[in-house]
Amino acid sequence: MGLVDRGRMPAPLSKLFNMGRSYSMWVYQWGLACCAIEMGAAFGSPRYDVMRLGVIPLPASPRQADLVVISGTVTDKMAPAIKRLYEQMPEPKYVISMGSCANCGGPYWDSYSVTKGVDQIIPVDIYVPGCPPRPEALLEGVVLLQQRIKMEDMAAKWRGDEFTPMPSSKRAQERAAARREAIEANREPIVVGGGPIE
Amino acid sequence: MTVLSDRQQLSYIAAQAADARLNVELETEGMTLNIGPQHPATHGTLRIIAHLDGEQVVWAEPSCGYMHRGYEKLTEVRTFPQVTTLINRIDWLGSFANEVPFILAAEKLMEIEAPPRAQYIRTILFELSRIANVSLFLGDLGVQMGAITPVFLAFRDREYVLNLIEGATGGRFHPNFDRIGGLKDDLPKGWIDETRQVMRKLRGFCDEIEDLLFGNEIFQSRMRGIGVIPADVAKSFGLSGANARASGIDWDLRRDQVLPMAWDKVDFKVWTHPDGDCFARCWIRLQETREATKIVDQLLDDLPPGPVMAKVPRIIKVPAGEAWVATENPLGEMGYYVVSKGDLGPFRVKIRSASFNNISVVPWVLKGVYVPDIITILASLYFILGDIDR
Amino acid sequence: MVRLSDTGTSETDAAPKALPGDGLREGIVDLLRNALGEGLVDTHLVPNDDLWVRVDRSVWRHTGEVLAADGFDYFCFLSAIDWLPSPWGRGEDDPDDPPPERSTEIVQGVAGGETRFQLLARLNDVRRHVGVTLKCDLPDDDLVVDSWVPLFAGANWHERETHEMFGIGFAGHPDLRNMYLPGDFEGYPLRKDFPLLARMVKPWPGIVDVEPMPALEEEEETDTAEGDTKGDESS
Ligand code: SF4
Repeated sequence: MGLVDRGRMPAPLSKLFNMGRSYSMWVYQWGLACCAIEMGAAFGSPRYDVMRLGVIPLPASPRQADLVVISGTVTDKMAPAIKRLYEQMPEPKYVISMGSCANCGGPYWDSYSVTKGVDQIIPVDIYVPGCPPRPEALLEGVVLLQQRIKMEDMAAKWRGDEFTPMPSSKRAQERAAARREAIEANREPIVVGGGPIE
Repeated sequence: MTVLSDRQQLSYIAAQAADARLNVELETEGMTLNIGPQHPATHGTLRIIAHLDGEQVVWAEPSCGYMHRGYEKLTEVRTFPQVTTLINRIDWLGSFANEVPFILAAEKLMEIEAPPRAQYIRTILFELSRIANVSLFLGDLGVQMGAITPVFLAFRDREYVLNLIEGATGGRFHPNFDRIGGLKDDLPKGWIDETRQVMRKLRGFCDEIEDLLFGNEIFQSRMRGIGVIPADVAKSFGLSGANARASGIDWDLRRDQVLPMAWDKVDFKVWTHPDGDCFARCWIRLQETREATKIVDQLLDDLPPGPVMAKVPRIIKVPAGEAWVATENPLGEMGYYVVSKGDLGPFRVKIRSASFNNISVVPWVLKGVYVPDIITILASLYFILGDIDR
Repeated sequence: MVRLSDTGTSETDAAPKALPGDGLREGIVDLLRNALGEGLVDTHLVPNDDLWVRVDRSVWRHTGEVLAADGFDYFCFLSAIDWLPSPWGRGEDDPDDPPPERSTEIVQGVAGGETRFQLLARLNDVRRHVGVTLKCDLPDDDLVVDSWVPLFAGANWHERETHEMFGIGFAGHPDLRNMYLPGDFEGYPLRKDFPLLARMVKPWPGIVDVEPMPALEEEEETDTAEGDTKGDESS
């Protein structure tokens, strides 16, 4: 992938790669508390069947994962372990924070031992609010992440920049802008179900 | 059955002794093994530090606190109705059951009692959350043993129960449905018939699991005679629930105390088992799930009519006093020692959770076992992280 | 096909069927009074319901021994209470207002007490289906008490927890390490004067936009309250 490393990437190729990446995500399940059970229901149960989305929930270690779902309460004692996990994951990597606890502390916003949001430790791409979010909500979060990956500038991601949408010709941009209005996947941060998170 | 397990127990002990001899001969070196904090087998963040000699554990020590959320402090800054929102999340698989003892303690201090219909519905929901909790345990047990199928069965059938809980309370997981003086709402239309059907399905699930897992020879040989906890050890560690009953302690708070709940109106069996090994613990839980479906069926049959909420003031002030109420939760004895000073919120709440005591036996029981048995024993003791660390 | 569950349930020793009357609990008080003498400071008995016993610090372990020998060998829990009223109330003050006056009077609960910290423990008798709650005063300047670990193995973790949360020492405990919090955590969280910083720096969300609480003055107004008995959690 020399092209990517040098920071140049033809748009059609990027598109192709993005498509491939978004439909073959290996997700590492970092279940911490109650939300872990709903994550288990979304990823492990026959009813919700996450594999139809092109997500493979079975990597044995974070070293082979593209995506980690942090679900549940992050405590100050746990925080170093989460940071280490994130550093072990290979680039490009994405993080979904699931549940109010991981988003902002949730019901324990005033506790002395709970970290008020996992985004204080690692960067988060998608927030899924709820206490706990239903499995469907987590699946929607995954779909939104896939949309986002599809329109991402790979080279920027490789450089470790913030999320940058793909550069494109003027006409394509206009078309994309119209489409984007409809999708609104470009929002920062993406909140499943809409609405600002506090 | 006892004969078989005796023989297996003896052969296990003999093998341990032989291994210890071998360790001396081979001059094996000590090694420290760290399991966790994130490990698939601990479904949560329990960390076990085990010091090994060869294949045997010399000592092992769970290190908790990765899920400590400070409930006891937070309850002091909440009002009584708000506390239930919080304590729901202690044992997250059987949330409704967590609310009940606290509400009962508050009601005891206020000297009110929920109307009979509310007591019945409470008991029904309590048992449903037991089923939701233990059925996941039964599925998870398979995973720990390397069998994948049971967990899919468990998730499939657990969904039915969660749907019922959601239908009645509005929340799949954390219903927060119990109020001081009764319940938020009555049951919805059609719920009773559906529940009956689901209970039938779940009895089928229990049979399935029993044939699939408990009748399996490999499962039995990995479970029988492993991790034996005698009754006096169980008592001095304060084990409760199925763990205590598997050691032959005949102690079930549903039967053995007077509570304003409906358990005394139904007829159910408290199962005990003399062996105290992993198999006994799992087997008792299976039987308890069956009994729970029967309790629900009986309660639905004679559900009394009437209101579901007693007359309580709009602003709840609990008179000064202290009350201890414990119930037999899915994991064991869960109790709240509530101290009130006549304020809007409690002055101090001591939460006695079952898993904390249940898991404190781990250093004792893991001494001398083999590495693969660590997982078996932990799985059979059955803990939930939020319930240990609170 | 014969299922496993059709075989092997055991006959455990039959538990007494009748529920204990208060005669039983009075008997326990008598037993303790005989065994401890002066060490038994106060008792509180609610007939057919519960029993509280307050003992002196010097006989704490002996109390455990006496009760364990009498069948109370099921260890339920051990903890403590800090009776000081919280200097911050429930942490709902507006940080802009001057802090309100709060009483600092220490009022102990059931079975009385003289000190700020009290030890709290409970033992059960699983044969007679009865439990007893024990309390013990601890003077502020010497927060140490004999450990129960030699009596009840389960007390080990409970004493560690109590040590961590209240700073109470246990003489004879093998290993009073922190169990929940990182080693460098400062303070004892369950003491009443431990502040919850998140509540200090940020005004309690409830004070921002609550509608006035209905009828705070006319408390006698009752209502078969529905959903709104539940207080509003943080929005
Ligand atoms: S967001 Fe709610 S359900 Fe999820 S971990 Fe936190 S308390 Fe539990």
